[in-house]
Amino acid sequence: MTEALLKVKNLHTEFRTEGGIVKAVDDVSFEVNAGEIFALVGESGCGKSVTALSIMGLIPNPPGEITSGSIEFDGVDLLSLPSREMRAIRGSRIGMIFQEPMSSLNPVLTIESQLAEPLKIHENLSGNVANDRAKELIDMVGIPDSATRMKQYPHELSGGQRQRIMIAMAMACSPQLLIADEATTALDVTIQAQILDLMQDVTSQTGASLLIITHNLGIVARYADRVGVMYAGKLREVSDASDLYAEPHHPYTVGLLQSVPRLDADKGSPLSPIAGEIPDLTDLPEGCAFNPRCEWAVDKCRIEQPTLEETKPGKQVACFEHETVALRV
Amino acid sequence: MWRYIVQRVLVSIPVVIMVGIITFTLVYVGPGDPAAIIAGDEATPEILEAIREDLGFNRSFPVQMGDWFWKLAHGDLGTSYFSRREITELITPRLQPTLSLGFQVVVLSTLIGISTGMLAAWKAGTRLDRNLMVLAVLGFATPGFWLAFLTIWVFAVNLGWFPVIGYSPIQDGLFSHLHSLFLPVMVNSILASAFISRITRSAMLEVLREDYIRTARAKGASEFSVFLRHAFRPSAIPVATVIGASIAGLATGFVLTETIFAIPGLGRMLVDAIVRRDYPIIQALLMVVAVVLIGVNLIVDILYAYIDPRIRY
Repeated sequence: MTEALLKVKNLHTEFRTEGGIVKAVDDVSFEVNAGEIFALVGESGCGKSVTALSIMGLIPNPPGEITSGSIEFDGVDLLSLPSREMRAIRGSRIGMIFQEPMSSLNPVLTIESQLAEPLKIHENLSGNVANDRAKELIDMVGIPDSATRMKQYPHELSGGQRQRIMIAMAMACSPQLLIADEATTALDVTIQAQILDLMQDVTSQTGASLLIITHNLGIVARYADRVGVMYAGKLREVSDASDLYAEPHHPYTVGLLQSVPRLDADKGSPLSPIAGEIPDLTDLPEGCAFNPRCEWAVDKCRIEQPTLEETKPGKQVACFEHETVALRV
Repeated sequence: MWRYIVQRVLVSIPVVIMVGIITFTLVYVGPGDPAAIIAGDEATPEILEAIREDLGFNRSFPVQMGDWFWKLAHGDLGTSYFSRREITELITPRLQPTLSLGFQVVVLSTLIGISTGMLAAWKAGTRLDRNLMVLAVLGFATPGFWLAFLTIWVFAVNLGWFPVIGYSPIQDGLFSHLHSLFLPVMVNSILASAFISRITRSAMLEVLREDYIRTARAKGASEFSVFLRHAFRPSAIPVATVIGASIAGLATGFVLTETIFAIPGLGRMLVDAIVRRDYPIIQALLMVVAVVLIGVNLIVDILYAYIDPRIRY
């Protein structure tokens, strides 16, 4: 196994709110290897986006703050970098694509100037050279008629095209890591697959790693090599993607998989959502945060917090009862 | 774009007519008999009647108004009751002081307002930001005439840096021209820039929360570039609106300013005309102000399309 490209260790990111301190990311550790596709999954508010923004150094402060932990990228601790050096990495060695293609592009700047910008910042390309490269990038992400597109503004493009532009922008300087934060959530299902295929293509061409943040388990199954499942700010299970579906070891993962609607289910059979609700992050239950919703919960779960432990090669689970859960079917 | 401009100009014709009807009516029904004022204290009823006959006051209201509009449409603003001279002729020498004052105030207040507003947004939440905004609140809470008298007292009377009153036309030298207008320009600019500054700050802070600002940061753009290149233009729409509105405010503010600083501009001319009940001048000046404001609004609307490519006419 090659050395991991990205090592997140014991990351804690907190937000100060009126309701108290929210531990949006609470002791999260995972690694992304060079060239692999790693997916972070979980419900809204579980901390997956905050994890991505922490890696990018884009946590708005105040109210947010990375309180402890380390994020090692290609051997360098990003959290200890001065802001100027972090800026040199953002957009050049780590690219990021955001959820909202409609609002993530600047409405008053042309596609050309927005695409050429990272090239001008990081590779010191002059205006014309950067613009030529920008045109190539539009071709690369499969948007026809690049010469016209260059002069257009974001509102003249469809959602899918805008997300392609975002990918082109994020890939402009051939980053080693591309982070896609819910990049396809706002798109039509058919466009989603195209955009994901495109991200897979462009990253595999350059050998870049891809960190996909999603709540969609279908995407995970189709694209990811490895998966981290997050709940209430903590990683609950890290696993090879195929293994996650075959052998979920965490009750939350089991619940997630069961709540996915299936085409092959009997017509009229009810969905089985996870009982209960996501806890308030300012007021988490004692012990394991999932225990009020967990059918396997024992007394220990209500007192102590389980930590992420390796249960077999390539699989880590944070659950006291994972053996029982694994045997459930 | 040209089609839009022509359309807007055509649409503003009824607006100008409405303003004309309202001003003419207001002045017509207003108290005071111009004939009595023209004739003086010792006029006999016969003299008053002769004056009324001579100036057409005996005709019916619709006829008087129709006559006024007819002349207006031919570029004739009428004749002053007092000097018996053409109003266009009277207005011409009055244009320079007012236009020069207006131009300087708009340029200066825009520069001061936008730069302090951006500085406050850049340093949002700091002591500098709070101090700037306290100044801005003071700025638009301060009555213009009070600030005018204060500056005259400090800078003209006590320090003697500027003339207390008086106006020096551009023909007599640019420096003495600017020098003579310095205090009124400063007073009006400080007041107008306060509002522009606050709006700039809040518009910038709002835009800085947008997703595309995060995208710009994710590209590795410096904070300076995020601020000027990515955030300023999208926040310029409300700022342009406020600058347009402050020009409208200046139109009334100048009545006061020109009176206090004894500047022979249109504002003073209006005050003099009202005191003398010189109706044709009042009506003509109100029409001029209305047309200027319609023009300013049109320019602001065209600016919108330039600032934001999503706006097309």
